[in-house]
Amino acid sequence: MKTYYNPEDLKKFGTIGELQKSMADKFFAYYGEVFKEGALTAREKSLIALGVAHALQCPYCIDAYTTDTLEKGCDEEQMMEAVHVAAAIRGGASLVHSTQMMNKIKEISM
Amino acid sequence: MKSLKAQLHALADPEEELDVLESRHPGGDKANFQHHLDRIGLFPLMPTKLEIFQINMGKMCNQVCKHCHVDAGPDRKEIMTRDTMKLCLDVIQKESSLNCVDLTGGAPEMNPDFRWFVTEIRACRPDIKIIVRCNLTIILANPKFNDLPEFFRENQVEVVSSLPYFSAMKTDAQRGDGVFEKSISALKLLNQVGYGKEGTGLVLNLVYNPSGAFLPGSQHELEMEFKKKLLDKFAVEFNSLFAITNIPISRFLEYLLRSDNFENYMEKLLAAFNPMAALGVMCRNTISIGWDGYLYDCDFNQMLDLKVNVSNSIHLANWDSSALADRSIVINNHCFGCTAGAGSSCGGATS
Repeated sequence: MKTYYNPEDLKKFGTIGELQKSMADKFFAYYGEVFKEGALTAREKSLIALGVAHALQCPYCIDAYTTDTLEKGCDEEQMMEAVHVAAAIRGGASLVHSTQMMNKIKEISM
Repeated sequence: MKSLKAQLHALADPEEELDVLESRHPGGDKANFQHHLDRIGLFPLMPTKLEIFQINMGKMCNQVCKHCHVDAGPDRKEIMTRDTMKLCLDVIQKESSLNCVDLTGGAPEMNPDFRWFVTEIRACRPDIKIIVRCNLTIILANPKFNDLPEFFRENQVEVVSSLPYFSAMKTDAQRGDGVFEKSISALKLLNQVGYGKEGTGLVLNLVYNPSGAFLPGSQHELEMEFKKKLLDKFAVEFNSLFAITNIPISRFLEYLLRSDNFENYMEKLLAAFNPMAALGVMCRNTISIGWDGYLYDCDFNQMLDLKVNVSNSIHLANWDSSALADRSIVINNHCFGCTAGAGSSCGGATS
């Protein structure tokens, strides 16, 4: 069966430069720099990436950062908590907009 | 859980393991380990200086860990005799370049001559480093082992112990139910006699290896995390953490094949091939001794029954140091485990 998503495609990520090299090179250099240990540890960054991957619902990123967080010594509980942070922000982002709804209700109601 | 050997599993046969490593290697012969070494001018791989004498005292163990490369367990009866230990002592005494005797198994402490052997090594080489690879639970397995921490201290033995994680779930999944709790109790006993404590000179190092088909992360970061968690949660202290990559042989190979992870795991190892790690592989300064006195380049080659490539010196009884120094090291695709990322050895990362 044909599908848009194939796990094998994740390994081809590095080949995107074949069609536009300079931008891809800059992107991957930036990407590498971002995930280096800095003010945050590489482990903390990986957990953030795992949470963001779930917020974006990107299967490639979920695949990559599940492995990466395990390699960096995170356990299942920590990983699930990172996903809950993403879920809380996504849910909260909807709910906080209800203040606009409440404003509008007030504005047009007697 | 039984050993692969007791199960009469096909992978208990080293020839079968080597066949998998060669015939199912991603990329085939052009991407094999020899080819990788050749590309960086390291083939044939030669020894540097003999420093480490790693003795496998037997396959008998009180645990049956899922990833064990020795296929050790209570049903394995192959252990070193005192006569073979005497041959080891002869070599330890005469090879002055040796600075470390590394005792492994199985659980080396289960060998009835273990304490005699350690005492003899200490007597013939008072300054040599003696390491025992202790699985921790053995200390609590029987009252006769309860005083091991004290014995280690008296003989100035360095203790290296496996602890795959600082929580029960991951540790027990790899090493068996209840292993984590017993390991923590044993670590506390070691701490009590001074192991892992600053200023005592008594070294307690831990070994981390991934509980699955993935590579270890940064040894330094893992060590910081382990130190913090073990101290905060259990008041346990240790010196260093060695991050070790699982080598695709024996039970770990069986797991990789059963879970359909073999090709992916090998691809990961290949992609992470690091020439600097290849330069520093442990087989270059180590000789590994089997329970029956045969000589190997490392403990992994020992389990694959790949003896040293020296026609006249494959057993302690015919030890010939110059022939061994001139040998080429036997390699196969399992060696990618030691050259991935920051490298892996019995002492952790190598680069």
